[in-house]
Amino acid sequence: MAARAIWKAAIQCGKCLVPVKLYSAIEDRNIRFRILSRKTMQPVRQAMVNPESGAIVPHEETRRAYVGDNGDRAIFEPSELAALEPQSSRTIEILAFLPSGQIDHRWYDRPYYLGPDTNSATYFAFAEALDGTAMEGLVRWVMRGREHMGALRLHQGYPVLMSLRPASEVVAVEALEAPGGATLNTKELDMARQLTGMLAADLDLSSYHDAYRDRVLKLVEMKSKGGRRLKLVKSSPKPSSEDLSHALQASLKVARKRA
Amino acid sequence: MAEDPGEETQTLKPFWSGVVTFGLVSVPVSLFPATRSSTLRLRMVDTQGAFITRRFFGADDSIALEADDIVRGYEVENDRFVALEDDELDALDPDKSREIELTQFVVLHELSPLYFERAYFLVPDGSTTKAYRLLAETLAQEKRAGIATFVMRGKEYLCAIIAERGILRAQTLRFADEVRSPEAIGLPPRQPADPADVAQFAKAINSLKAKTLDRAQLEDRRSARIVELAGKKLKSGAGVVAATADEEAAEESSTNVVDLMEVLKERLQGRLRARAAPVHITRKRTGKRAGVRVDELAAKTRVELYAMAQTLALPGRSAMTRAELIKALAKA
Repeated sequence: MAARAIWKAAIQCGKCLVPVKLYSAIEDRNIRFRILSRKTMQPVRQAMVNPESGAIVPHEETRRAYVGDNGDRAIFEPSELAALEPQSSRTIEILAFLPSGQIDHRWYDRPYYLGPDTNSATYFAFAEALDGTAMEGLVRWVMRGREHMGALRLHQGYPVLMSLRPASEVVAVEALEAPGGATLNTKELDMARQLTGMLAADLDLSSYHDAYRDRVLKLVEMKSKGGRRLKLVKSSPKPSSEDLSHALQASLKVARKRA
Repeated sequence: MAEDPGEETQTLKPFWSGVVTFGLVSVPVSLFPATRSSTLRLRMVDTQGAFITRRFFGADDSIALEADDIVRGYEVENDRFVALEDDELDALDPDKSREIELTQFVVLHELSPLYFERAYFLVPDGSTTKAYRLLAETLAQEKRAGIATFVMRGKEYLCAIIAERGILRAQTLRFADEVRSPEAIGLPPRQPADPADVAQFAKAINSLKAKTLDRAQLEDRRSARIVELAGKKLKSGAGVVAATADEEAAEESSTNVVDLMEVLKERLQGRLRARAAPVHITRKRTGKRAGVRVDELAAKTRVELYAMAQTLALPGRSAMTRAELIKALAKA
């Protein structure tokens, strides 16, 4: 079944506009729990409460506040916050094109596919031009009253938009110093490289799946049938060696046997 | 969300401690987040400016439920729920949770960013950094990432262990069934494009070329606008509620909160912060809890209790009353 577009816009690239539709590239499969009251085994209601008086504060009377250094609170009216949001627009503005790798992995937040809207010839011409460059675009757009920054790149030949985290949320790796110590032993390094070589694999993420999710669902099923708790299976911890060289040699031996 | 009432996400504690293994080599590490939540934190208050906090109520109750009165539930059919206790869920990740076993090494650039969820820095634990540096150097030279699954905070994660500048990072990945393919979205098959159109776009792309990422372009402009407005209000005094003496003291001590960056800098060099160490030990899941006695806590003022809650990085502490702080600290 085809997915539903969540937004329509146009990429502005120089003087050209590329009309696109935005689709979420991810499907949330996390298990959703509800909070239940033990007494009734039914979901609870949530409300904001003044902890001193215990009184419920109705939604219309809740406000957001900024707490200053000395504890003083600046209270915002909802209209004041709304006035700070940017005007909505239907343009995905390109700020720059950067060599790929310039935006490191930690910036990426949520991925969206961009599909063609009204003019697929323009869309595929843009995709092909981007494909030839080994670059990704740094873009800005306003969707539903919120401004987003993103990376515009290709995935399997199709344009995707990766929303990016703001600078204040990404720790500057340049300011960190790698652990130091004596120079690594060349022989040990060689052995470690050999070992990773033997464990080298083609990327196939589909061979992994969320086994924990399966176990939770199994537990739910057992309990819903009135079953008892799951039995614990303890596996014995792996023997490990304090001596790096020795551990590497033994690992290579095991890996060779398997090969 | 950054705007959750009283929720503190910045902690001193590692998110996970254990060993990364490849073959029979084990690298003891702790995981710290490589990203932090927004630095702007708006608090929920009532119209008079008093801090308010989220509470749960039963259908017909007018008194808020306590932590012991609620339980996590999963809906098996309409309005029928199965309750899941914490220890039952804990039991689902027996001993796997202490190990990240690298069973595959894949070419780093083949990992699509669509799979990337969140990044954590690995800092070396134990007496030597040799195994840590060996793994980092090997991954860097081979331009590969190690792939593994592990359980952290009650959820299974698929992750890639990546080395950058001699520092190991765990990048959690979405599972394959969480990322849609272009076909699943219903995107049309790729079409050949008019070379003239392609050339025109290539020219436009070229004219927008930059060499490096400018962090300034990724500044959070929304937060900056809110902080600016807050500054104006605090200066003018309109719409401002002054802090009580207690709150003022609590806010002052909160400026001493240890920064994630400082913790990372020290832990990467194998130094354990004196303040962080006891926290780490008392909070270990397996060990007996070395909780403080309630009567000792009861003798303290709210400001003193708040300072203790801060050291333990208790979530929601700033909105807690004195009694709530005592309860939370006794449990911690």
